[in-house]
Amino acid sequence: MALDDPFVLAGKSYRSRLIVGSGKYTSFEETRRATDAAGAEIITVAVRRVNITDPGKENLLDHLPLDRYTILPNTAGCYTAEDAIRTCRLAREAGIGTLVKLEVIGDEKTLFPDVAATIEAAKILVKEGFQVLPYVTDDPVACKHLEDVGCAAVMPLAAPIGSGLGIRNPYNLRIIVEQSRVPVIVDAGVGTASHASEALELGCDAVLMNTAIAGAKDPILMAEAMRLAVDAGRKAFLAGRIPAKLYATASSPVTGLLR
Amino acid sequence: MVNDEPRELAAGSTVADLVVTLGLGPRRIAVEVNRDVVPRSSYGATALHDGDAIEIIHFVGGG
Repeated sequence: MALDDPFVLAGKSYRSRLIVGSGKYTSFEETRRATDAAGAEIITVAVRRVNITDPGKENLLDHLPLDRYTILPNTAGCYTAEDAIRTCRLAREAGIGTLVKLEVIGDEKTLFPDVAATIEAAKILVKEGFQVLPYVTDDPVACKHLEDVGCAAVMPLAAPIGSGLGIRNPYNLRIIVEQSRVPVIVDAGVGTASHASEALELGCDAVLMNTAIAGAKDPILMAEAMRLAVDAGRKAFLAGRIPAKLYATASSPVTGLLR
Repeated sequence: MVNDEPRELAAGSTVADLVVTLGLGPRRIAVEVNRDVVPRSSYGATALHDGDAIEIIHFVGGG
């Protein structure tokens, strides 16, 4: 994507509108290669206990140069506002910045967020100086509340995490895009390249995905496909698509026909 | 207790001593003692006591 169309998030400009996760890869080397092929500049990570019986083991961050990537810690696995806040405080102390992906899960089976708890946690985290990127349902009212409490972006899901179902409610996303004064990042549910394009075509500012790339048969090739899809979708959005119509409109001149 | 595993430390040990003992010095980690985050700058000044619950976290792959 051209430099004259930066993706501005929490005061920082990025060239890439594809944010990737680092989970589910078979090796750190594969994570690095896929992230590189995706052209991503922001990569999410999870916060977990150090294995103290084998603390010298290789670490993910040994493979992701911090001068090149913005590391976005998540609160995956947190089911209460309290746990999510605790996780963010720890992540910040590890010294990788104040940007956090806030997830407060409300249901184990669907991994849908607990929206009330997410808003509650966001409010506190913003007050503590975090730049909060909340995972939320594709609900315009919830997104508005999160924006109002000071979140740096809103991240509505396209479909359940890891489902690959694609954008289930493009109309809600359009409303969210229309109303939001902060970036809208589609987070979760993307399965293939056309889903990523669709998100950008709808006017979303970026897409965040993990399983769609890491779970593909060839994650490196899929990462590249996603990079191209995000670029294509963004360009199509900027170009302004034609209105959809029920009947044909001829592309060739209707005058000067042979008689 | 460190990450729910019992650990014996010399009397008067600090968070800094524990981090060195575990070989975690240069790593991107964070430490909590009894649910309070310990700022990196306070590792040397934070003494550990019998029965303290210590959590040490790092970053792993995740979405």
